[in-house]
Parts: sequence; C-alpha cells; structure tokens
Amino acid sequence: MNNPGLLPDPGLKDIWVYLSASPLLGLTITLVAYGLAYRLYLRTGSSPWANPVVTSVALLIGVLVLTGSTYDDYFAGAQFVHFLLGPATVALAVPLYQQFSRLRQLWLPVTISLICGVVIAGGSSIGLAWLLGGSTEIQMSLAPKSATAPVAMGISEKIGGLPSLTAVLVVLTGITGALLGTKLFEWLRIKDDTAKGIAMGVAAHGIGTARAFQVSPQMGAFSGLAMALSAFATALLVPWLVDLMAAML
Amino acid sequence: MQFLNGITLLLVYQLVGEVTVRLLGLPIPGPVLGMVMLFLTLMIRGRTPQSVDNAATALLSHLSLLFVPAGVGMMAHFGRIAEEWLPITLALLLSTILTMVATALIMQLTTRWLAKPAGQGGCKDE
Repeated sequence: MNNPGLLPDPGLKDIWVYLSASPLLGLTITLVAYGLAYRLYLRTGSSPWANPVVTSVALLIGVLVLTGSTYDDYFAGAQFVHFLLGPATVALAVPLYQQFSRLRQLWLPVTISLICGVVIAGGSSIGLAWLLGGSTEIQMSLAPKSATAPVAMGISEKIGGLPSLTAVLVVLTGITGALLGTKLFEWLRIKDDTAKGIAMGVAAHGIGTARAFQVSPQMGAFSGLAMALSAFATALLVPWLVDLMAAML
Repeated sequence: MQFLNGITLLLVYQLVGEVTVRLLGLPIPGPVLGMVMLFLTLMIRGRTPQSVDNAATALLSHLSLLFVPAGVGMMAHFGRIAEEWLPITLALLLSTILTMVATALIMQLTTRWLAKPAGQGGCKDE
C-alpha cells in the first residue's frame, strides 16, 4: 500500500494514502466493479460464462494487485457489503414461506432429496479431497461448500476449516454449478423445473439460484427454497458427517 | 420508512438468532436460526408484512453482489490454493457435479413414486 508504482505524482499519492486508509474506497470499488460486471453480463445476453461474481472478483483482484493493496485494506470497506449476507440469510424465510404451499405437496420428495444431496455434497468433497491428498484443513474447508456463504463459513469454523478459504470455495462452487447445471440437466434429460431447481439450490446455493431464476421463475423459486432448507440441513448434518467420516477414514 | 422497518426486523431476527445460538451452544449459525424463527413467525401470522417483503426482495435480488468481498478473499489464499490446487479443484468440481446430478435424479424419482396425484387408490398407507 505504501508505494503504489502507478501514482508518481506526490499530490496524487497523498490522496491515495488518505483514500486507502478509509473504508470508502473498498466499498465504492466493490459496487462499481459489480455494476460494470453486471452490465457486461446483460450485454452478453445473461451468459453463464459472464457470471457477474466472477467478473467483478477478477476485476477487483486485478485492481488490488496492480495498486499493491492488501485484502485487509480492501475488506475494511467491503465488509459493509459482506455484512449484508447475515440479514440476507434471514430474508430467505420470505421466499420459503411464499413457496410453502407448493412444498407441502412435495414435502417427502424434497426432504429425501435434500438430505441425500447435503450428505453427498459434504461426504464427496471430504472423501475426494482426502483421496487426492488434501490436508485436513482443506477437507474441512471444502465440506460445507454447497451451503450459502454465511452458513458455510460458520460451519467451517466449527469443524476446523478456514472460514475465509471456505468463503472462496463457496463462491467457486456456486459458479461451477451455475455454469454446468443447465448443461448437465440437458444431458440427463431432466426437464422438470422442480427437480432442476432443488438440485441447483442444494449444490450451488445463491449463485445457482440466481442462474435458476433466469431459466424459469419456478426453477428459481425451488432453487431458493432448496438453498434455504439446505443451509439448515448442512448446519445440522455436516458436523455430524465429519465425526462419522473421521471415525471411518 | 417501510424499507427501514423491514431491514430492522431482519436485523432483530438475526440478532436474536446469534444470541440464542451462543447462549444455548447450538451447532447452527445465528442467521440460520434467525431465518427459521422468521419463517415460523410468518407461518403463525399467515402473511408477509409489506415492509419485510420489500426488504427481503431488495436484499435477495442482488444476492450475487454480497458474495463479491468473500470472493476477492481468494487473493489472501493464493499460496494455499497453489499448494493444494489439485485436490481443491478436482474435489470441488467433481463433488459439485455429483451433488447436482444425484439430487436432481433423486428428486425426479421420488416425485414420481411419492407425490402421485391424489385419488389413485387407497393403498398408499398400507
């Protein structure tokens, strides 16, 4: 942060020193980067390859590396955006409540798929990371990756992973699901929007849900529902699954 | 004012959730408990107040934005990711595909078996 090579003029440097020490800059560049990324996303006809999370993260990392800024400096401002993940999680109760009548007819299939999905997500990521020689820390950071970020970070901390690494893995998982989901369903000839939505929400949380809403409102609603329910199921099942697998492996 | 009421209510539920989780030593994150409590409240009231609906819609319509600061956190983990890139990449990719495919197939099968339209005979419970 002390010597940004791009700013030779001492006057500019003073402004930079002031700005980089205040949270204003981190917050503003986050919103600007997302605004640009979202515009690009709309420009490409909402292509999943132009996912606004990927583009804005890449843009921001580029800017931070070029200006020699640290993540801590950036996060001093960006935490105000990050903080909203908490109330957003609480807000999931609203779509959950609005979809509840549909859920009532499908509660048994949804419950079974959800429990299986959450156990497969947690179990396969621990198992695969273990098989491929990943450290315990990496296995635990990966375990809750399919749950929405604030939940996954909380679980990661409880089971001995690195919460901030988990946050990154959660985002990467969501992007993977959003990119591959619709293609996978095409290959498997799954046409039911209910099944597609549940799978998207369980495997790829909010980023997958954002993608699901582009396919159809019904797929989006069920994906949102699955995301909210699986956040709860992951919090209950994954710590237990970790104990079980630790006893087995 | 309405938006303010809505966001305040969401924060109150989150706060109550966080405090309850800590007091009782529950294994779930505070906001998740907050979500469950808000859901139960809505069930009991039988409708969503306009203020809560507005605040929730505003937050959830830009859910992607809220992930960006955490995503940028990747730069703090470049070393770790570079060291263990193979298990991380493969486990993440394969596990996500597996979860997505398995969940969709299980949901499709169980819907066919268990959620048949009513009036198909009374042998369901026997």
